[in-house]
Amino acid sequence: MTAVRRTLASAGFTLGLPLLLLLGWAVATRSTTTIYFPTPARVGEAFVATWLDPEILGRDVLPSLGRFAIGVALSIVIGIAAGTVIGSTPWLRALLEPMLEFFRAIPPVVLVPVLMLVLGLGDTMRLAVIVSGSVWPVLLNTVEGVRARDPVLVDTSRSYRVRGALALRYFVLPAASPQIMAGIRLCLSIGLILMVISEMFAASSGLGYQIVFFQRQYMIAEMWSGIVLLGLVGVVVAAVFHVVERRVLHWYHGSREVSRG
Amino acid sequence: MLSETVTSMTTVPGPVAPEQAPRARDGVRATPRGTGPRPSARPRSRRTRRAVLGFLGVLGFAATWELFALAEVVNPSYLPSFTTTARRLVAELGEPRFWSTLGDTLITWALGLAIAVGAALVLGTVIGLVPFLRRATHSTVEFLRPIPSVAIIPLAVLVAGLSREAALIVVVYAPFWQVLIQVLYGIADVNTVARDTARSFGLGRAQRLRHLVLPTALPYVITGFRLAAAIALVLTITSELVIGNPGIGRQIDLYRSAPDAPGLYALVLVTGLLGLLVNLGTRAIERRVLHWHPSVRRETPR
Amino acid sequence: MADRTPLLSVTELSKTYLSATGPVEAIRSISFDVYPGELVCIVGPSGCGKTTLLKCVSGLLPPTSGTVTLDGAEVTRPPATMAVVFQEYGQSLYPWLTVRDNVALPLRARGVPRAERAAVVERALEEVGLSHVLRTYPWQLSGGMQQRVAIARAVAYQPEVLVMDEPFAAVDAQTRADLEDLVRRVWKDLGVTVLFVTHDIDESVYLGERVVVLSASPTVVQEDLAVDLPAERDQLGTRALPRFTELRTHVYGQIQRAKRGEQVGAA
Repeated sequence: MTAVRRTLASAGFTLGLPLLLLLGWAVATRSTTTIYFPTPARVGEAFVATWLDPEILGRDVLPSLGRFAIGVALSIVIGIAAGTVIGSTPWLRALLEPMLEFFRAIPPVVLVPVLMLVLGLGDTMRLAVIVSGSVWPVLLNTVEGVRARDPVLVDTSRSYRVRGALALRYFVLPAASPQIMAGIRLCLSIGLILMVISEMFAASSGLGYQIVFFQRQYMIAEMWSGIVLLGLVGVVVAAVFHVVERRVLHWYHGSREVSRG
Repeated sequence: MLSETVTSMTTVPGPVAPEQAPRARDGVRATPRGTGPRPSARPRSRRTRRAVLGFLGVLGFAATWELFALAEVVNPSYLPSFTTTARRLVAELGEPRFWSTLGDTLITWALGLAIAVGAALVLGTVIGLVPFLRRATHSTVEFLRPIPSVAIIPLAVLVAGLSREAALIVVVYAPFWQVLIQVLYGIADVNTVARDTARSFGLGRAQRLRHLVLPTALPYVITGFRLAAAIALVLTITSELVIGNPGIGRQIDLYRSAPDAPGLYALVLVTGLLGLLVNLGTRAIERRVLHWHPSVRRETPR
Repeated sequence: MADRTPLLSVTELSKTYLSATGPVEAIRSISFDVYPGELVCIVGPSGCGKTTLLKCVSGLLPPTSGTVTLDGAEVTRPPATMAVVFQEYGQSLYPWLTVRDNVALPLRARGVPRAERAAVVERALEEVGLSHVLRTYPWQLSGGMQQRVAIARAVAYQPEVLVMDEPFAAVDAQTRADLEDLVRRVWKDLGVTVLFVTHDIDESVYLGERVVVLSASPTVVQEDLAVDLPAERDQLGTRALPRFTELRTHVYGQIQRAKRGEQVGAA
């Protein structure tokens, strides 16, 4: 009985406000005539008609998501590899630190014009844009995670002669994984932003291109449905990350809960 | 390689510094027997060494860029040399137009940051202090937060035109969520036990807020502010680039389409330096404000 | 004893750290031998550089001068025939590995085949009374059990020398007594040589066959004392023996002298 009530209450709390907002949107757009804010139903129709259309799905949506996936994967691999080397080599870290701080501070989007100039338009440029912006959080967090290993575990690994690839797999990378995962979360949101930006500039296909196209054509409901789609992509990516992070860092969350009592 | 490098990570007990000078390699002791205490390699000299290495890194980057450009790996009209770019940067710094462009960017940034932080503080405090609101808004916040801020650029342009107002909508969006989340975590962290204790000592609502909620939540808020300042700068320049409102970002796009490569690269360097200044500045503020409270200083744990 | 060759020799070992305020002499000169199969306790006042000594002995820290030799070879990096149990049990176990994988990792590093590894790990965990927590993570265990895992890891490594750095300093008294008996049992069962560092005088006398008393910093060996208690020891009987009381009083006196010596030396 109480369990049922609790489930109902939690469902109410989860869905209450979103439904209320949706209702408010519907009521507000019904009574006014502003063209900028179509009714939710109209946006829903446009969403189905636009983004579930196989042609647009195959030409714009999937290639965009593919570039996002490849770009982010490259960033993660490059970031962890380079970060591990830099983080475990003190002189290299001292050498590169100021430049890395500088590169991190450059707003990733200003590299879009640079890369457009150097690489021209096309998939290479778009991938390069994603990687050039989203590699930094992974790289810098890996450096920090690898550097700040627990000294007792370092001694333990040395005295039991756990070295090389084995140490990398079972000591260095797991020890840095909380920081690495934090970097990957940032990398994902920056990557998504850069995917859109790279397509808003002088492109002829892709999610970002389509949304800007709809806006310029005053296809308002379609534009809104594009924003909704990007929002959904963002939410899904965040949710998938959350699940993966819980798995990878289960020991970390577990031990923190224990130490908090 | 790893077993070599971990040597320097080994810490030694107490206030003494870890070894840095010549180290055992491949089992051969670097220091001969009976030489007594080794000279030099004090912490001060190590800091100097780090600074020198860092400076060498910057020089190395400039030299690599110069050589890369001179070798004409890339069309030189697309990649000017470092010296050309540096000269252009100095020339830009002498132009009044550069400073007014920079001013535009800074005004948009400051306005956007202020609106985002102000709104997030007010809403966050209200929501955070009322358990019902916290539960009711949780799913909505978690849904709206990951929406990429650039997704709303078309909407902003539609509503506000190619203007600073449109840019502000974009600039406010992401930092707002960042600060809001930090405020919510900060208030949640106010230990219920401490709150009960304070209540039992007869503190009123206003006093509890002042002596308990604020000191506990402040570190979270300051950290949120630091992150928000960086995000807001990125979004300011992004919106100038995409929307075309006046500022460094638009100037970069103008130089790209000109094409004026030295100008483009010089301004990219400016944005990096700007970002660096914002990071250093907000970190300094964080240290100043929180020097009394180092133990609670941490970022939102998720 | 003199006719045997020592397994482990520490000869005129000294260590000076470089700090912000200048060199700090942690160890002035320490020499002692450990013979095969011995259980030697090293005891000294707090801050006398015991951990520094152990780090030098285990090849984790190069001494400023002097040598450590194991089996006739100079120790310049962690030797393959030595296992170390650290004081900080909470940090010396890999929190992302289960108890079993924690014990097995050093064996993997040594290239022990999988099947043999499993058997050795199981036996080691049985030896310390933990065969029921194979799949548990270390942080789910109590402090005493975590230190048992660390001991199991050392046992599974099958070392010639087992080095323990104040391993029970951070556990409660009851657990501590159990763990002390465990060390005695492991020592006897496996015939391993044990070097046990502690700041607890009673513990050093109860556990050791020999006690090396260190002076205060800058450290030298104050006394090297044979413990002539019966080989079979138990917490109640042994600690009630008059000889136990004599020995602990003697060591206590030595340490007090060491502390006074330090004060005289500093003045």
